[in-house]
Amino acid sequence: MHKLTLAAMQRSLESGEFSSVELCQHLIERTKQHNETLNAFVSITEEQALSEAKAADEKRAAGDTLGSLHGLPIAHKDIFCTDGVRTSCGSKMLENFVPPYNATVVEKLKSAGAISLGKTNMDEFAMGSSNENSFFGVVRNPWDTERVPGGSSGGSAAAVAGRLVPACTGTDTGGSIRQPAAFCGITGIKPTYGRVSRYGMIAFASSLDQGGPLAATAEDCALLLNEMAGFDPRDSTSIDRANDDYMATLHQPVKGMKIGLPKQYFEAGLDDSIAALLQQAIKELEKLGAEFVDIELKNQHLAVPAYYIVAPAECSSNLARFDGVRYGHRCEDPKDLEDLYKRSRAEGFGREVKRRILVGTYALSAGYYDAFYVKAQKIRSLISQDFSQAFADVDFILGPTTPSPAFKIGEKTSDPVAMYLNDIYTIPANLAGLPGISVPCGDVGGLPVGLQLVGNYFDEARLLNVAHQYQTVTDWHTRIPG
Amino acid sequence: MQWETVIGLEIHAQLATRSKIFSASSTQYGAEPNTQASAVDLGMPGVLPVLNREAVHMAIKFALATDAEIGRHNVFARKNYFYPDLPKGYQISQMSLPIVGTGTVTVELDDGEIKEVGLTRAHLEEDAGKSVHEEFHDATGVDLNRAGTPLLEIVSEPDMRSAKEAVAYARKIHSLVRYIEICDGNMQEGSFRCDANVSIRPAGQEELGTRSEIKNVNSFRFLERAINFEVDRQIDILEGGGEVVQETRLYDADKDETRSMRSKEEANDYRYFPDPDLLPVHIEEELIESLRSAMPELPDARRKRFIADFDLSEYDAGVMTADRRTADYFETVLDKSGASAKLACSWISGELFSRLNKDSLELGDSPVDAERFSALVARIHDNTISGKIGKDILDKMWSGNDDVDAIIDKEGLRQISDTSEIEKMIDDVIAANPDQLAQYRSGKDKLLAYFVGQVMKASRGKANPGQLNKLLQEKLKE
Repeated sequence: MHKLTLAAMQRSLESGEFSSVELCQHLIERTKQHNETLNAFVSITEEQALSEAKAADEKRAAGDTLGSLHGLPIAHKDIFCTDGVRTSCGSKMLENFVPPYNATVVEKLKSAGAISLGKTNMDEFAMGSSNENSFFGVVRNPWDTERVPGGSSGGSAAAVAGRLVPACTGTDTGGSIRQPAAFCGITGIKPTYGRVSRYGMIAFASSLDQGGPLAATAEDCALLLNEMAGFDPRDSTSIDRANDDYMATLHQPVKGMKIGLPKQYFEAGLDDSIAALLQQAIKELEKLGAEFVDIELKNQHLAVPAYYIVAPAECSSNLARFDGVRYGHRCEDPKDLEDLYKRSRAEGFGREVKRRILVGTYALSAGYYDAFYVKAQKIRSLISQDFSQAFADVDFILGPTTPSPAFKIGEKTSDPVAMYLNDIYTIPANLAGLPGISVPCGDVGGLPVGLQLVGNYFDEARLLNVAHQYQTVTDWHTRIPG
Repeated sequence: MQWETVIGLEIHAQLATRSKIFSASSTQYGAEPNTQASAVDLGMPGVLPVLNREAVHMAIKFALATDAEIGRHNVFARKNYFYPDLPKGYQISQMSLPIVGTGTVTVELDDGEIKEVGLTRAHLEEDAGKSVHEEFHDATGVDLNRAGTPLLEIVSEPDMRSAKEAVAYARKIHSLVRYIEICDGNMQEGSFRCDANVSIRPAGQEELGTRSEIKNVNSFRFLERAINFEVDRQIDILEGGGEVVQETRLYDADKDETRSMRSKEEANDYRYFPDPDLLPVHIEEELIESLRSAMPELPDARRKRFIADFDLSEYDAGVMTADRRTADYFETVLDKSGASAKLACSWISGELFSRLNKDSLELGDSPVDAERFSALVARIHDNTISGKIGKDILDKMWSGNDDVDAIIDKEGLRQISDTSEIEKMIDDVIAANPDQLAQYRSGKDKLLAYFVGQVMKASRGKANPGQLNKLLQEKLKE
């Protein structure tokens, strides 16, 4: 049962092959059994899930439908606020924080009938590329438990890859959906900035953060994204634009689509074996009728440095609210206000979060603002222009999701820059606000590899369409760790 | 040495929107602590701000009222600092691209001199909450009801040269924001707060002296006192060979002094940057025009019209246009009573205002509204009642629901204007006072008042005073 895709589970529930209660119960048992190793979940909301599943079954029996995700199990990254359910954001700071409201994404999926089995582990405040920065411990890659699952949505990716749950929500600020999807051999899409509401999604870098789904297949991602996407009046940066039906366009032919291959994505730094797998994928897509052209993204090399100014700057301000005054961790016996601030924050935040707050505070300081923040924003514009020029000629841009497959736990923790470079291919889409999808395209020594497609603004439907068509002729996405 | 005082004001006017600037919570003053604080106001993880359109409209109205530039491309910025009553750890404000640019405010000083004060800018921002110290032992309470209340921070040029000028300017802004109904102006409740930047320099010197910023001034009287205290303090320092330090000082009304709050060295680096949660706001010409066409007549224009059209004196016109409610009240009374502007004005500024003062009421809360008051003035105007009776009737209207005509009828207060009736009363009084009559006729003119009083008394105040005077003088001569 757990090996089925979300779409297959949907069909089985409809045909009565099994019930939502049976499905959820089975997955919760599996999760309990495997979570000790994987550490993908930080909380399992068994009681709530089973009671919702029961209600969903009853509704179905009565001939009512709750929506397109009626009775289907999912899990939320622990960055999405869930009313009455602890939302920790992977931090000691929020170890005991129980939100009084649901994030828009949580609300939308719930009203479509989805049942949340729990909350998934993540890098603290979504800062990390390996899920080693969680207060709740590292998440292990189901393909090799000595290796990282990627981050920051590492718990979501590992949970899907380990078939604990068919689909999860995630968030992507610099690659946090696509990179763990690639490391775990699943599919994950970061939509256009503004397509999915950020309300109730704990902010890391507001101008880059975007929620999206992680699942085994593009079709499952489409199923989830159909419900996640949409304008939200509570998020001023969400875009008021009609929703596309991502399921409806999955089966369109790829023939005639033009895909750009940026020279800069295939240069030094890319693992040879990944480059070879990408060539295979290109051949597959050519067989489907896609055309490939070489393109330039000449400011690509500036993306990581610009990102590591903009994201920390925004995070330094976004995380100021965690001051020990109203909620979250408060130190014992503060002797005065300053002591309360200093110790609560020193104790509540982990190393990487502190590092970024310091970098961001510095970048925004008087005298440095123009040299760092303003300059980084200019680079951001240049990167967006590069993409706009490219999209004048091509429909998509194809490249690797990551420079290498999943690395060993502890391998890069002492070298933050090496860690940051993991996101070299994913960051540009965040800086430009473009949608990007990672699709499994092979393996290197038993470790999954992902290819990334970046589309133009609001082109999620065609991205999912191409990814789905690719998955009809390949089987990488069907592989399950042993 | 001769010192010149230089003052600039920063006025925080709370905008009279129903809900907060970035959330749907109510802005009503005086609710139980933290009952008007939503997840957004509390700065809960994950929440986002959504700009209140009405606050933007009010800021534009202010720009229109001061003929100031309107910032077409508005950006909200985060001002980062830690404080327990600042839930997000930053205040959403405006930095380089404010909604109101440079403008001019014309201020009339006590001696009639006209002074132009430059506006530097005015920007939108959210208010912080309140720290409450009194009610907690060894702890501080935080009330976030006020957090997120929209403010327009109005910054002047350092154009004022005395505490009196500063107060005149502050009063002018106060009257203006109330006139265009963007702020209730209640200084006790903190709806209108003034911070004064004060410095001194040797007379004739171009360069500005080091300034201090005085905060926590909640009345015009205190503003004047605080500035004067601060000027004296700075003169003492400089004449004693010392140097003024740039700092923020708090005014203590009980001790009538300012004291240091924090110096420039302790000042925060606010690390302003554009708020990524809010998109830039573009203000279209169309919006400006629609707000312009809905603008009320401004006090200066209205005062001039009252002088030109109604022949009011400069002073009376000033009183009648001091705020919009008064001016509206006056125009209603003028229109409905048919009385002269002078009569209407004297009844409003005299009888009405004294009763409001006595009961500590605002005009808007007057027990006698403009309609009822018009009927009263109309009866005085058409001689149905005398002014004296009018005052008694106003007292009755003040405490009851009867209208003027009902009271007149019920109490038989209609003025006696029937010549024969008045003559009969005069005859009776003259007959009863033969001695006084003799004295009057022998040249003691002052006794006229005595006879007037006696006849008035006999008429129970109802005799038409003009007629009475005329008839009495005739009769006494006979």
